[in-house]
Amino acid sequence: MTLWLLFILPLVSAALIHFVLKQNYAGLAAKIGTLFTFGTLVLAILWTREVFTIPASWTWISVGSFDVKIGFENDQLAKGMMIVVTGIGFLVHVFSLAYMEDDDAKARYFGNLSLFMFSMTGIVLAENFIMMFIFWELVGLSSYLLIGHWYKKDTAADAAKKAFLSNRIGDFGFLIGILMTWILAGSLVFSNMDGAAFISHGECLAGIAVLLVFCGAIGKSAQLPLHVWLPDAMEGPTPVSALIHAATMVAAGVYMMARFFGAIGLEALAAVPATQVIAWIGGITSLVAALMATQQNDIKKILAYSTLSQLGYMVMAVGLLNPNAGMFHLYTHAWFKALLFLGSGAVIYSCHHEQNIWKMGGLLKKMPITAVTFLIGTFALTAVPLFSGFFSKEAILHVAHEKNIYLFWVALVVAALTSFYMFRLIFVAFLGEPKDDHAKHATEVESRMFIPLMILAAMALASPFIGSLIPANNFTPDTTPHFNFLTGCSVVALLAGFALVLVFYKGKKEDPISIPLFRNKFYIDEIYAGIVKWFQDILAAVVHFLDEFIINGMLVGGFTRLAQGTGNIFRNHAQSGKLSHYALISGVGVLLAIYFTVFN
Amino acid sequence: MATASLTEYLFFSGLLFAIGLAGVIIRRNIIVIFMCLEMMLAAASLTLVAFSRAHTEMNHGLPDYDGQMLVFFIITVAAAEVAVGLAIIVALYRARKTISTDTLTTLKN
Repeated sequence: MTLWLLFILPLVSAALIHFVLKQNYAGLAAKIGTLFTFGTLVLAILWTREVFTIPASWTWISVGSFDVKIGFENDQLAKGMMIVVTGIGFLVHVFSLAYMEDDDAKARYFGNLSLFMFSMTGIVLAENFIMMFIFWELVGLSSYLLIGHWYKKDTAADAAKKAFLSNRIGDFGFLIGILMTWILAGSLVFSNMDGAAFISHGECLAGIAVLLVFCGAIGKSAQLPLHVWLPDAMEGPTPVSALIHAATMVAAGVYMMARFFGAIGLEALAAVPATQVIAWIGGITSLVAALMATQQNDIKKILAYSTLSQLGYMVMAVGLLNPNAGMFHLYTHAWFKALLFLGSGAVIYSCHHEQNIWKMGGLLKKMPITAVTFLIGTFALTAVPLFSGFFSKEAILHVAHEKNIYLFWVALVVAALTSFYMFRLIFVAFLGEPKDDHAKHATEVESRMFIPLMILAAMALASPFIGSLIPANNFTPDTTPHFNFLTGCSVVALLAGFALVLVFYKGKKEDPISIPLFRNKFYIDEIYAGIVKWFQDILAAVVHFLDEFIINGMLVGGFTRLAQGTGNIFRNHAQSGKLSHYALISGVGVLLAIYFTVFN
Repeated sequence: MATASLTEYLFFSGLLFAIGLAGVIIRRNIIVIFMCLEMMLAAASLTLVAFSRAHTEMNHGLPDYDGQMLVFFIITVAAAEVAVGLAIIVALYRARKTISTDTLTTLKN
């Protein structure tokens, strides 16, 4: 029964805030949202302690022998993921209490945050694909609502639309993939899927099904080519970026793939070469996103591309048939990326909503707690040894080294690039001299902001060592430090990136490097806009032809011309004005009438 | 006394009608056309009388007078029509100084 409570609490909170409290009791709404999220966190921790009995599934729809159930998974994968979602969710709520203090629509914000928590809980707990898909769409909705929180700003409204539509494309494939899986594996319930049956129809069909399911992850986890929405989604409030667009929702794609691969069975999937495609999409995404990140100037955009890049890592691990390594990285990444985003939120808050790193500088002295925690997050992200990201990245590098040496080198280059763009951010924004009045007068943020930062920083250090929280089945992370080829490569990549930053960016007032291709994100947005325009133009031409020539010309115009033409014939030829002609016509008419009535 | 049969009456009536119609169509002088119209009317009357004479069996050997009654009406109406028609023609002539239908084409345009 308690699992139901965990499931339903955020929904109650969302309903309470949206329907009862509203903006009139915004302060209370914020507290209720935070309190309920804390409740779910406590329940989730209790759940990992194995104190719950799993309730029976509730049959929602029953058609013949086919049932759609609302039921819960009870494995380490779901439990660990639940900790990530509720833990970061709670810290983000606390942070938001301060960050959104004076917002005009605070109640709506917290209501939507609760709705998101409910949807995410649903995805994590889902025991079958239908339930997962329902909540999958719900997170899409709550993400849309939260990106567009400041909907009066055009950019925010556009970003929300873009996110929703990009996800729509992925979800279309996902739905087909779900149906194919149902046919091939014989069941939509994860625990009943038959891996042997899944591949028995040939690797081609199984591969198509896997790739279609992966389409959902491409959309939600923002992989190439549908990654374009994630950087734009930074238009939402920063805590939302931390929770949804860095730690949890975008990781849902990886979680879903891990759940799906676990259900089908890795031995069965080893026979499906299509998984290589997934690995390569992940690898290319991580490389391209890291390259884009090196030339961004907006602190949130840098972190957004970094998120893309890290998601690419996770997808690569999943594609190389080691979802546990991917989930391990998801877990560590969630903590330190939430930390980085909330840290950037604190910076933005202190600098009066300035997001350009070239207008910051010297923040280490002005806001030491934020800066130190941010630095810890950076160390974790860039895989400094003994920080959490080091272990999880090592796990992925290990997998890549074993399975696909090309992807291993890609991952290594990405590691160097990660170190480059993160230390660039640190050097420009936190070190050196303040470059702007806002940065000069920046002060340390209040406790409701820095306490979540400190907790997250602690998790960025400690997370790999708390094995019971890691969302992966039958997995023990390798946390013993050892010195081998892989560690060496990883450290060399880290130092290479760091050294480049030291050479190029130390004490610089403006960007010494300018690569338009990277700064403009490989012009992918422009290419998409071009394709959409081209497609629309063709469609418009076809519709114009149909309207102008078929409908207007032939149907509407045709009938008028027919009537007009007939009239003209009679007017010009029959209407002679001569009495005798009329008499003749009338006489002939009478004769014909008589002929037809009498002789027929 | 040799009397004409119904067929002969009808043939003659049809001939009269055809001549009238041809006259209406061919002739240009509006008075002649008018006379031809009267001739067609007379043909119709003749048909009525002929049928009236022929249908004797329902009336104990006497003709069916309904047809002949109708003829009287036709003659009356025709007389009125001639009066109106000739008045129109006179008015037309006063207005246009012509009674040739070739030049009276204002029905067009």
